[in-house]
Amino acid sequence: MPSRLAEDQRFPSWKIAFLQYVVAATFLVLLGGYWRLQIGQHRRYEGQAERNRVRNLPVIAPRGRILDREGRVLVDNFPAFSVLLMRENAAGLVPTRVEAMARGLHLDPVEVQGLVERTAHLPGFQPILLKQAATLEDISFVESHRVEYPEMALIQVQQRFYLKHTVAASMLGYVGEVSEDALGKPGSKYHPGDVAGQSGIEREYDSVLAGEDGVRRVVVNSRGQEVGSETTIDAHPGNDLRLTIDLDLQMSAEMALGDRTGAVVALDPHTGEVLAMVSHPDFDPNDFAHRIDRQEWERLTKDPEKPLLNKATQSHVAPGSVFKIVTASAALETGTIRSDYTIQCPGSVTIYGHTFHDWVWEKHKGHGSVDLHRAIVQSCDVYFYTLGKLLGIDKLAYFAKHLGLGARTGVDLPAEDPGLVPSPEWAQKAFKRKWWAGETISVAIGQGAVAVTPIQLAFMIGGVASGGVFHRPHLVFRDQLMALGRDLSDNAVRSFPLSESTLAEVTRGMWGVVNEGGTGSSARVAGLDIAGKTGTAQVVSVDLKESENNSEFRNNAWFVGYAPSANPEIVVGVLVMHGEHSWVAAPVARDVIKAYFDKRLPQKVAPEPLPSQARVAPPLIPSPWR
Amino acid sequence: MMLRTVRFRDFDWFLLSLALGVAGVGVLQIYSTTMHSALAFQYKKQMYWVLAGCLLALLVSQLDHRAILGLAPWLYAGSVVGLVALLAAGHRGTGARRWLHVGGLTLQVSEMAKLVIIICVAAYFAERRDKSVSWKDLALLSFLVGLPAFLVALEPDLGTALTFVPIVGSGILLAGVRGRQVAVLCLVGALMLPVGWHFLRPYQRERLRSFAHPSDNVQGSGYQVTQSKIAIGAGGFWGKGIGNGTQSQLGFIPVSHADFILASFAEEQGFIGTLLVLLLYLGLILRLLDGAQLAGDRAGALLIVGLASVVFFQVAVNAGMMIGLIPTTGIPLPLMSQGGSSVLFTFLGLGLAIGVKMRRFVN
Repeated sequence: MPSRLAEDQRFPSWKIAFLQYVVAATFLVLLGGYWRLQIGQHRRYEGQAERNRVRNLPVIAPRGRILDREGRVLVDNFPAFSVLLMRENAAGLVPTRVEAMARGLHLDPVEVQGLVERTAHLPGFQPILLKQAATLEDISFVESHRVEYPEMALIQVQQRFYLKHTVAASMLGYVGEVSEDALGKPGSKYHPGDVAGQSGIEREYDSVLAGEDGVRRVVVNSRGQEVGSETTIDAHPGNDLRLTIDLDLQMSAEMALGDRTGAVVALDPHTGEVLAMVSHPDFDPNDFAHRIDRQEWERLTKDPEKPLLNKATQSHVAPGSVFKIVTASAALETGTIRSDYTIQCPGSVTIYGHTFHDWVWEKHKGHGSVDLHRAIVQSCDVYFYTLGKLLGIDKLAYFAKHLGLGARTGVDLPAEDPGLVPSPEWAQKAFKRKWWAGETISVAIGQGAVAVTPIQLAFMIGGVASGGVFHRPHLVFRDQLMALGRDLSDNAVRSFPLSESTLAEVTRGMWGVVNEGGTGSSARVAGLDIAGKTGTAQVVSVDLKESENNSEFRNNAWFVGYAPSANPEIVVGVLVMHGEHSWVAAPVARDVIKAYFDKRLPQKVAPEPLPSQARVAPPLIPSPWR
Repeated sequence: MMLRTVRFRDFDWFLLSLALGVAGVGVLQIYSTTMHSALAFQYKKQMYWVLAGCLLALLVSQLDHRAILGLAPWLYAGSVVGLVALLAAGHRGTGARRWLHVGGLTLQVSEMAKLVIIICVAAYFAERRDKSVSWKDLALLSFLVGLPAFLVALEPDLGTALTFVPIVGSGILLAGVRGRQVAVLCLVGALMLPVGWHFLRPYQRERLRSFAHPSDNVQGSGYQVTQSKIAIGAGGFWGKGIGNGTQSQLGFIPVSHADFILASFAEEQGFIGTLLVLLLYLGLILRLLDGAQLAGDRAGALLIVGLASVVFFQVAVNAGMMIGLIPTTGIPLPLMSQGGSSVLFTFLGLGLAIGVKMRRFVN
């Protein structure tokens, strides 16, 4: 049927056909675009959709608690909140956003911006810790700004709590955020914001105490609200650690040292167990449990008394006259002298053209006629100068090393100081010079370059008093370490047997120091069989001397005491820094030894009749930290 | 003029089926993306609009399009008055003034204006016998279409205003535009761009900027396109299934039941679903254009081509902006996006077009 419409009235058909081709071509382009996205780049966008939807929130494993030998809690945790930055949920971390978040959390925007930039290279799924120990205000800021800042997330964490605050602080150590240096080390298992032990037991046993964090996969909507949770990898809490420390003894030692600078170490020479370890001045590790403020950190690190240093294991000071036990043992064992070897002490002696003074020189008198026993009891320097000359440095150094000096004791604490036993080889190596003969004379009385730590000295005296058996000091029971799979293969007990006669002579001397009116008389307690050796050593640490602007020259006071005098159960090393004389150190050791036996054998020690008022007195150990 | 009865045997059931297919997919997708939200009833409302649109299409197809073309001046005047009234009385507070409340219903006046412009352009060229368009025609048309387009753009609804361009474009193409004229029009358009930029609202400029540099502003306006691309890409070949699209279900795609419905559909139904929908649209548009070839008169052909060009323009722009080929503008996907006015007037247009085809031998 022909159309009644005139041909010229119709539009040319090519025009509509042209439109049809345009349409078809456009659809081809569109289909190509969808093909590219849905098939070509499917994997990539699938991952992006997953990251949109899922948040991997860390579940923080609580650290193991630290207990004393009787199971009393020294270090625990309490729940707190941390604010995280979930960068994969963050569309664009432009500075204005970062600044707004920092201000809301009361953080320094510049610091936070720096943190964001420093962590920019890390994979996006790793959350960045914005703030620890979030306050209620911080928490409500995060909760009320979910829409504006969906990249902020709150997680519950376990914050470290040191129940006794400053007690045993430098031994227990503290925890803190893993430093960026440690993060950068190859093979580092830490993530930014992880908390790890930074010193002391916390650091030494970090792998035992630290748990394994879990992950909670939660589904969030575009506003960052949790709408469900998927899989959860549970957190494995860390293991509790039981220390050989006795809290009661520790408190006694803390009290005995008081606010003086120094250290106290109590060891069981039978086992090597550390029963107490004090280092003063101290600090409160709770200050480190969340980010420590700058002022407090400056104070702790700039203090010339170095509160963060564990003086029981990390001080490097001359042993003074305590070293005479080494000299005496060496002289007897090598047969250089017999115990009845006697000299006249006029108060000084000239050896190798140099006059060496006795410590009693200032009083313009000598010790008179002294044999070995009297030399130890009275700590006669002239006698030991003479022994030094007779022995020579090689024999002295040999015995010093084999009696436990000049090397780390191996106590399970980080960064122990090895001390120093000087020798001609050392002089050559350290200073490229010859050994001066006069040095031997100084070393014989524990002066000169010879240096020890309090734990080393207690270890040495404990070993000598036990006849030459040296148990490596340790703070964690061996059976627990073995149960935790720690390698204990190396020798924990070392033997350097001393002859019966030497042992008898040396221990008799140390008993006399305390009980025969010797230099350690102030350590004497009726009913307790205490022995020991005093020491007064010149301060060798240069920076400590310089920091002391007073003209008064003050010495380090030593006392290492033990009880009973035969086969001791406890040995206590005390260092009081800048104490004028050794008798300030001896009473500290006495108090600790007394506290040990008061607790251990209450019925064995006959209580002395006390005034009636004292009987109702409060317990011996007050708790000023409560 | 005699109005003869036309039989439903001549009715283009295939065209209507294609349209219904697209609309059905839309209802299903609206259901999927809103079922867990406060908008869970929307798919039902959409269904009623689709049914109403179908009935209207059947009714309108019975009318002689030439009678409707005769009403063009009145329709035009009504639209302009409606748009002005809307601008004057609309809720200034909400920012956008698009809807007219008639009884319990809300009508989007710009959607009606779109259909009216199609009719007006057809009416303008229907009676002309010239083989080409004169400069005067161009100027007059520019003014006639420019006025309502400007009013719509003021609402602000730049997307709908832009849909007027392909209507005029296809009209002058059919009526015989010369190359020189096209060149001049392009030049004027290019010169207008800076002026247009000046009139754009801050958010519209932001959209254009983020189109040029999507990664600059991922959280802001670039966010929408980024999220829609993630949704589409994540859909893969087979899709995640109804209700399983995390991008749409968890609110990462904006208005996943309206302008961005294709992104949520592509996420849940995959490339296979996208292919199906695009083929349905392609079939619909090509079928319409076939009808224009067969139309009994110039007016009918212009009507159909106008409608086809609008549908094509909207599909191409909407589908293109989902994958970042085109800057984001508020252009819904015809028949699929949730929105009663759009569905209703698209079906009305389809009814007119089918009527033209049915009447091709009747003249």
